[in-house]
Amino acid sequence: MTQPDADPATLTPGSRRIQNESSLLSRLSSFGPLIGLVALCIAGTLLNGDFAQPDNLINILTRTAFIGIIAIGMCFVIILGGIDLSVGSMAALIAGCVIMFINWAGSAFGSPLLAVVAGAALAVVLGAIFGLLHGLLIAKGRIEPFIVTLGALGIYRAYLTYFADGGALTLGNDLADIYAPVYYGSLVGIPYPVWIFLAVALVGALILNKTPYGRYVQAIGSNEAVARYAAVEVDRVKILTYMLLGICVGIATLIYVPRLGSASPTTGLLWELEAIAAVIVGGAALKGGSGTVIGTVVGAILLSVISNILNLTSIISVYLNAAVQGFVIIIVAFLQRGRR
Amino acid sequence: MSANKGPAISGAAVSFEGVVKRFGPVEVLHEVGFALEPGRVYGLLGENGAGKSTLMKILAGYERPTTGRVLVDGEEVAFASSRDAEAKGIVLIHQEFNLAEDLTVAGNIYLGHEPKKGWMLDERAMREGATKALSQVGLNLDPATPVKRLIVAEKQLVEIAKAVSRSARLLIMDEPTATLTPSEAGRLFSLIARMRDEGVTVIYISHKLDEVERITDEVIVMRDGRFVGRSATRDVTRHDMATMMVGREIADLFPPRERVDETSQPALEVGNFSVPGWAQAASFSIRPGEILGFAGLVGAGRTELFEGILGLRPGQGHVRLDGRDTTLRSLGDAARHGLTYLSEDRKGKGLHVDFGLRPNLTLMALERYATPLLDPAAERKALEHAVEEFGIRTGSLSVKASSLSGGNQQKLALAKVLHPRPKVVVLDEPTRGVDVGAKREIYFLIQRLARQGLAVVVISSELIELIGLAHRVCVMRAGRIVATLDESELDEATMIAHATGTRRDAA
Repeated sequence: MTQPDADPATLTPGSRRIQNESSLLSRLSSFGPLIGLVALCIAGTLLNGDFAQPDNLINILTRTAFIGIIAIGMCFVIILGGIDLSVGSMAALIAGCVIMFINWAGSAFGSPLLAVVAGAALAVVLGAIFGLLHGLLIAKGRIEPFIVTLGALGIYRAYLTYFADGGALTLGNDLADIYAPVYYGSLVGIPYPVWIFLAVALVGALILNKTPYGRYVQAIGSNEAVARYAAVEVDRVKILTYMLLGICVGIATLIYVPRLGSASPTTGLLWELEAIAAVIVGGAALKGGSGTVIGTVVGAILLSVISNILNLTSIISVYLNAAVQGFVIIIVAFLQRGRR
Repeated sequence: MSANKGPAISGAAVSFEGVVKRFGPVEVLHEVGFALEPGRVYGLLGENGAGKSTLMKILAGYERPTTGRVLVDGEEVAFASSRDAEAKGIVLIHQEFNLAEDLTVAGNIYLGHEPKKGWMLDERAMREGATKALSQVGLNLDPATPVKRLIVAEKQLVEIAKAVSRSARLLIMDEPTATLTPSEAGRLFSLIARMRDEGVTVIYISHKLDEVERITDEVIVMRDGRFVGRSATRDVTRHDMATMMVGREIADLFPPRERVDETSQPALEVGNFSVPGWAQAASFSIRPGEILGFAGLVGAGRTELFEGILGLRPGQGHVRLDGRDTTLRSLGDAARHGLTYLSEDRKGKGLHVDFGLRPNLTLMALERYATPLLDPAAERKALEHAVEEFGIRTGSLSVKASSLSGGNQQKLALAKVLHPRPKVVVLDEPTRGVDVGAKREIYFLIQRLARQGLAVVVISSELIELIGLAHRVCVMRAGRIVATLDESELDEATMIAHATGTRRDAA
């Protein structure tokens, strides 16, 4: 992987070195996350033979799905030049609401299946509503995204704790059985969450690169004033982008609920850290304007691989997982400095 | 005032010997060599990309020469930073502002050189020093004002005050009057004359040859990274200077005027339009094919009037587009009604400099390329077409907008606002910071667009430009249109008289 990249610099005469070095650097940095992922996988295999087992790899991808789907929405928000700190709490509250709803609807609708389907739809609708509220407060209310979503982070988790009365909200057994295949089922050997992750990534990449809306997101993040003067409807695009993230959180939650069938005050804890870390590790600039869906997907998988390796080996305590993610995000930001 | 005091500061003598600068494979300066004497004002001339700015950045410590020597007062210097250069009394005033927006004017003037009382800042000394420096540049402003509240012209003057307060021995000014009104520029020129009398060496970079003629003792011309000649200013005409810069005769800067069809219905009619705090009861109209100029001092409300009309600021009044009453709520609204706007602030509001040329060009008309997914091939084709039509010179179509020269960026910005195919376009300072050659191309382009039936509003602080280009000119003063001048009435003296209010019969 590194060999072809190194060639142009060595082939050219000295006078052209500087330019080639910089383009080599920029090319390396766009491959950086992938190189990192490959290196980690090699290291993981060397440290523990179980790492490369298909079961383990599929397990990694399945666990990546929640964070990965949220990170794809986060990728849009960060490219826009915004941030959303509330996604973990939002997921927890949505999970709690969905569980309460399905438990209620299971008896009210008379059809457990219908209750589960409606509950899953509710997850997406709630996500969209929360995102809409963030977007309105940020775009129309002119409040910093950091403040809006920091406030929301506290609000969502407190309401979940209140609804759960400090304990856990749990799905009724029969309902949980109907819902379970969404997380545990698979198609041609690949679990549904992975398929959903893949679908969200494809749609996300399409929206970002191939629609006027995606171009506007990049334009606003790169320079909001220029976008405004180019007749881009900045407020609308911002609101839509926070809604898009909300919808992604809703989708992630609807596949998360059947995993444990319960929601508690610790559900979704630090997901915001993982989602933002995945986007930044994937090469997006936190100041906005640039970033890719593919990079984000790679970033999310890379973080899962780290945590999986920590689980399989005893080099670093598994309790330090979040610390490792924190270090990774800071190191990647440090390496990106030159590009800003 | 200081003439009898004699040279208070000894100015710096500078000589360049075989200075070469390479950026990667590109050599932008080829063995440049010339010498400057202290206490003189030098005009440094050259088209964009001639290497003037790079050479000056080397002198001021922002860049290092690849090979060659720079001597100050006969000693070779190798500045590691602009601080080193400032220690030698060499100060560069940037074309782009280097001000901390949230700090006060005084805080900016003393940034990095704060006077201290013990370990605390000496606020009073800063305020007093700042007030003195501001009055020297003729800016009447409370030094406690945050810089972000200043308009562009005031920021420029604060930059100059900052340099003055550093007691420079050699001052480099890069297009300092680009944003200034004639009277502000006049005050700057007397400041330059005073500094020269005090012994300061001044290097003055400008595309405005009338200014160069007025204030410099000697002109030095660069072209394509080479020193091409120097001459005492009194021995050359503006025409000679322009010819030396471009390296060929400039036959005529402006295209011949075309006639406007007087019977056609106005493309845009504005009646009694007010923008609170900026413009009152402005009325004007423009026909297809017409070029309507807007003259006035900075702060006269020209940009703000149009921002009001375009829905960028709250405003009230009648707007008729193509004969239909319209209220424009946003720029998007305006664009859908066939009215687009090119901002005076190219980097801040005009172009995404970090983007490639293609997304910049199509941003305002993206719907046209969405079927429903974007079609990059069609966009690329549009770019190829625009590059040809607008004469945008670029090595490759896949570069970032920031890698284009100022003139070519401006042509791209023009192509961008014309891409939605408007019927009326408002161009705010369309040739700011652009060299003579590119200016001429832009003038011919505007004239060609008008001939095709576009109504073009040109807001400009360069009177020559309006005289050469416009069919009619509205002159604004303090938010009002005080005169609308016909072709036959267009001359500098009349326009200045109306703009400054020295002509009582005007309003």
